[in-house]
Amino acid sequence: MFYSEAGQFSTRYAADRRLFRLRRDRLGLGLLLVFAFAVVPQIGNDYWFSAILTPFLVLSLAGLGLNLLTGYAGQLSLGSAAFMAAGAFATYNFQLRIEGLPLLASFALGGVVAALLSLVFGLPSLRIKGFYLIVSTLAAQFLVPWALVKYGWFSNYNASGVISAPRLDVLGLDLSSPAGRYLLTLGIVVALAFLARNIVRSELGRNWMAVRDMDTAAAVIGIPLARTKLLAFAISGFYLGVAGALWAFTYLGTVEPHGFDLNRSFQVLFIIIIGGMGSILGNFLGAAFIVLFPLLLSNLAGLLLGGLIDPGQLENIQKMIFGALIIVFLIREPEGLARLWQQFRARLRRWPLRY
Amino acid sequence: MSLSSPPLLELSHISLSFKGVKAITDISFAVARGEICALIGPNGAGKSSLLNVINGVYQAQEGQIRFDGEARRHMRPHHAAERGMARTFQNLALFKGMTVLDNVLTGRNLKRRSSWIEQALGVGRAPQEDDEQRRRAEEVIEFLNIQSWRQSLVGTLPYGLQKRVELARALAAEPTLLLLDEPMAGMNAAEKKEMSRFIVDINREFGTTVVLIEHDIGVVMGISSHVVVLDYGRKIGDGPPDAVRANPEVVAAYLGTRH
Repeated sequence: MFYSEAGQFSTRYAADRRLFRLRRDRLGLGLLLVFAFAVVPQIGNDYWFSAILTPFLVLSLAGLGLNLLTGYAGQLSLGSAAFMAAGAFATYNFQLRIEGLPLLASFALGGVVAALLSLVFGLPSLRIKGFYLIVSTLAAQFLVPWALVKYGWFSNYNASGVISAPRLDVLGLDLSSPAGRYLLTLGIVVALAFLARNIVRSELGRNWMAVRDMDTAAAVIGIPLARTKLLAFAISGFYLGVAGALWAFTYLGTVEPHGFDLNRSFQVLFIIIIGGMGSILGNFLGAAFIVLFPLLLSNLAGLLLGGLIDPGQLENIQKMIFGALIIVFLIREPEGLARLWQQFRARLRRWPLRY
Repeated sequence: MSLSSPPLLELSHISLSFKGVKAITDISFAVARGEICALIGPNGAGKSSLLNVINGVYQAQEGQIRFDGEARRHMRPHHAAERGMARTFQNLALFKGMTVLDNVLTGRNLKRRSSWIEQALGVGRAPQEDDEQRRRAEEVIEFLNIQSWRQSLVGTLPYGLQKRVELARALAAEPTLLLLDEPMAGMNAAEKKEMSRFIVDINREFGTTVVLIEHDIGVVMGISSHVVVLDYGRKIGDGPPDAVRANPEVVAAYLGTRH
């Protein structure tokens, strides 16, 4: 009832192909975007911008990158953080070494470098599948941070391999304030999310899912397996690369190679598992869960148990609760938050009827 | 079909073995353009293997495949698809996480000309081509009468319908040769009848040549114009249905002989 699609017919294929076919979806998304771009910068404070919203957006983008590869194309990877690192350090070097290169262009170029690297580490996927492929991407995970530390050139010979954010301005607009960095991140993430939604609904997206669901049949109907898989690696690498650059420059400000270790890769993997494989929305839900939930938990714990238990213990207890919640959640809903959202939407559609 | 026109598909002396176990031994036969050819034989006779050799899922150790005027030692699945072969599988090979429409559209992937970048940005040739692809996919969906399931996830459909969706995906590629591996397996009489009707209609309306594997002799004799019989990887019968039915060797393979 609240979510009726009655009377909304597509009379042309183009209308049926729209990214968001239902009027209510478009309206809701439009309002959300207006809220995020226009209202949030007015009402938010610096803490929200820099400690919550920006990392949430960047991790959503990283999840999106991995989801394209794993959720859509079915190729497992544990190298996400390596490609994020490649994107961050490449962006840094483009800014450093090419005078007057616009910021957005260096983000894009950083993404391209990460894409190429991801392509290289994706080559084994032409021969191996599943868990064995994880080993190959794990190689990237160890090789890239090692190379970034070993060869000083990447960090412009900083003693500890740390790189710092360039001046953040786009078209002469200074975006280095927390709100500015939030807006910059938001703009890039929203644009790339729309692009991703378009890609997964195009022929390439269908080919990815075909390879994921049944690769023999995909080959038989003429889908070029090698090209399809490698494009998945490259495009996923691009998204991760841009996410890495944003992580380094709009969220942290300075970053060292070890900021992109295996834990980060796992974090991105958890985002897509919790959020939902093969869903664009799921990445945002998963990232929100990962970023917001620990904060919520720590505030709650501070409120309820503050003073009763020592802070170190409290932190451990929080981690245990968080871990237990993930397990419980995955048992109850293995297809992730995106699936819950779908069910909720279906419920809204027929409310107050039962079916 | 005039006798003089060359066959669409010609297998000569095909032999296939898996690590020394012979699956197919020296099989030759030809499929004329526009006919429905049935491959029959007991379980393990090598029928599916032969189909797999024809479209390149398996590579035969010996022999030659001539398809549509081009002779090859080995077929490759991608090449076979490009040359106009489409097929269905014995155990459904649908893309279960995708909708019926998406499955059918995937069948048309070789008809794409626009690049993925054009499609992702919705520029250039892509929008017009999207319309065209959709229109053609809808034709197939309508032909096989699966309109009401267009947006259903394939994995949620009943078996008989999944079989039909798989046929739709193969048909969407506008093939010249359609290979069907037990299209009626596990169906009841009514479903079999319906499926037979579809196969005959495809053959008549689009002039598609069909090679199918089927166990139901009634169906085989009813719809095919050419029957090839395999037993233990060898060809033991080849000809029009009536002649094959009268062949004592075929009768022996199916019913057993008196010793």
